[in-house]
Amino acid sequence: MPINVETVEVTTDLLLVGGGMSACGAAVEASYWAKKNGLKVTLVDKAAMDRSGAVAMGLSAINQYLGVGKGKNTVEQYVDYVKQDMMGIARDDLVYNIARHVDGTVHLFEKWGLPIWKDENGDYVNEGRWQIMINGESYKVIVAEAAKNALGMDNIYERVFIIEPLMDGDRVAGAVGFSVREEKFYVFKAKAVMTCMGGAVGVFKPRSTGEGLGRSWYPPFSTGSSAYFTLRAGAEMTCQEVRFIPVRFKDAYGPVGAWFLLFKSRATNAFGGEYMVERKDELKKWGPYGQVKPIPANLRNWLGMLDESEGKGPLYMRTEEAIQKIADAYKDDQKAFKKKMKELESEAWEDFLDMTIAQALLWAATNTEPEKKSSEICAAEPYFIGSHSGATGAWVSGPEDIAPAEYNWGYSNMTTIKGLFAVGDASGASAHKFSSGSCTEGRIAAKAAIRFIVENNDQPNVDAAKVEELKELTFRPMNLFEEHKDFTTDPEINPNYILPKMFMFRIQKCMDEYVGGVSSNFTTNESKLNRAMELLEMMKEDSEKLGARNLHELMRCWENIHRMWQAESHTRTIMARKETRWPGYYFRADYPTIDEDNWKKFVNIKWDPSSNEWEIIERPVIDLLK
Amino acid sequence: MPTFVMTEKCDGCKGQDKTACMHACPNDLMVLDKEKMKAYNRHPEYCWECLCCAKACAQQAMDLRGYADFVPMGATCTPLRGSDNIMWTIRFRNGMIKRFKFPIRTNEEGSAVPDGGFPADQDDLKSPALFTEPASLLLDEVPTPKK
Repeated sequence: MPINVETVEVTTDLLLVGGGMSACGAAVEASYWAKKNGLKVTLVDKAAMDRSGAVAMGLSAINQYLGVGKGKNTVEQYVDYVKQDMMGIARDDLVYNIARHVDGTVHLFEKWGLPIWKDENGDYVNEGRWQIMINGESYKVIVAEAAKNALGMDNIYERVFIIEPLMDGDRVAGAVGFSVREEKFYVFKAKAVMTCMGGAVGVFKPRSTGEGLGRSWYPPFSTGSSAYFTLRAGAEMTCQEVRFIPVRFKDAYGPVGAWFLLFKSRATNAFGGEYMVERKDELKKWGPYGQVKPIPANLRNWLGMLDESEGKGPLYMRTEEAIQKIADAYKDDQKAFKKKMKELESEAWEDFLDMTIAQALLWAATNTEPEKKSSEICAAEPYFIGSHSGATGAWVSGPEDIAPAEYNWGYSNMTTIKGLFAVGDASGASAHKFSSGSCTEGRIAAKAAIRFIVENNDQPNVDAAKVEELKELTFRPMNLFEEHKDFTTDPEINPNYILPKMFMFRIQKCMDEYVGGVSSNFTTNESKLNRAMELLEMMKEDSEKLGARNLHELMRCWENIHRMWQAESHTRTIMARKETRWPGYYFRADYPTIDEDNWKKFVNIKWDPSSNEWEIIERPVIDLLK
Repeated sequence: MPTFVMTEKCDGCKGQDKTACMHACPNDLMVLDKEKMKAYNRHPEYCWECLCCAKACAQQAMDLRGYADFVPMGATCTPLRGSDNIMWTIRFRNGMIKRFKFPIRTNEEGSAVPDGGFPADQDDLKSPALFTEPASLLLDEVPTPKK
């Protein structure tokens, strides 16, 4: 190849791919069990662990904390909450497993140095029933520190972007990738591999397409690498249709949790109407899920979207009203009132500054003081995230002491591929794990992966010819660019290759217009989905013509190949499920109602590496708590 | 561009292999121009405005200019991150200034012990208990579903 690339080979026992919350949890837990069993754990991250993953900026709350040991909630109550919020489609065994362990992980966070808000009795301050408030600017730094202290920096590779799994028949054998900083190709050989590469942003066209392209609610550096990795290994995927659309403060996507839950704010439309009240009857159309409390996230979205569709927008978060209402309790004491207002102001700003700085800047830039003026809220573009109120990810084994036979094949969080584990946004059907649950799931899976290695302690074979082929494939965009760059006078316009940014726009435009993005009002139908498939097919062919001018752009090329696969598995799965179950996430105009009799089940999907065929697999929803 | 580098203040981290901002950026956006010895944000449209770069900059050479396609001009939002707290200075478009200070951690940097001081004595790979459990759960045993 024209560019001179060195190959670096690393042989290990357990390979953790990713550096976010789930990978850090896995690193901490795996280190303990690996040491006991004389095994080696290696972590590879495309960024630097201190600030990688979805918690890079920080968070203002921990959204999953049960307080079981303090007698506040039971694990069963959490499982029920998640199942209802996901419109009946969730893996109770996985949700239970995370929920029974999550408090312990949060207690570790506190010991590691994370400031958690306390009340006068020394108890955590709840934002909502399951959410606790933190001073979380350094949340990720602190969790990464524990992970690094557990693993040792010698076992951590940063700025190495993993792109493809290595296989030995039906077992995973490692992963390959490249350094984004030096011309090096990395080959990791491992007995077990854990997928912790996050969800996917930028598959759908974002609302802001200029400089604000990067201001997605979820980070722009979560690019579908997990989904790609597990799909390419041949693993079965689940809930690929269950995208997530957050309703957030408009444009900068600041968090609404504190406003709705802690400050008890109302959301109203342009005419002062409260869609959650005025549209209550609409909820009756959506099966038993319309009648539960709290109302499922997608249905809350849906009611607001109906207002928007009828021209009743903008929708507003009534911040000024909420703050006044809280402060009113102190109105007879001027001093106390002033103090409370100051405290509330600080809390409101910290909520943004800890996790969405752009929103704080937008307030300042629009002279918005939340205690004086409402702010607009709106539905963001769709994202793929198995840890929040979306459920996309790999179909993984449940814990053997809980999971029914249909959901268990021996090792917690192992995908349908031997030795390949998935956690956090990479594992599906276990929504509402958030930061704390993702870290916990990493721990659960790490212990299971070490057990897998102990019980399957042979190094899988790696075909040297295959590795060479992957190396060629990895750097193809750079070689293609080198080969053709002098054909035209402007590297941006050349018929021999496509640059990754335009390729990303092609994916986004297709998904936006045909698979229910913002501009199609989150609505689609079979004809549109078929058109998307035609376009995706051509994109797949053209992805072989991606060109890269440097290593940074090579990373962008592969990120977009990853996005494209997430786009395809999503489109195929939406096509297969012939109902509308999650209005507010997407609406199938040709099947506009929920169909409990026929579709209360998982619609899974798998790509077969040997035949290049996709297969839809239906799996039962089994209730654990009945 | 979302985060920007002030020419006068940036010292290119004094010719080290990589700058603090390059190390921090989760999206690989910060680059050191080795001729000028100044860093810059190469793709503002991929910037999440997480300010990990600005918080890491020892020279305070970085600041935030909102996304030009929707944020009105003139406001700033500047962090000063210390060892146990962060100070924010917010300047509104109309000139109003607000300052906030929040804690960021309760112990010394580097001191996070993986087991958090909980007894870590599990040795059964097959049990559901994680290495700090059940102690870290504040329970006597790991919960299992009520049958």
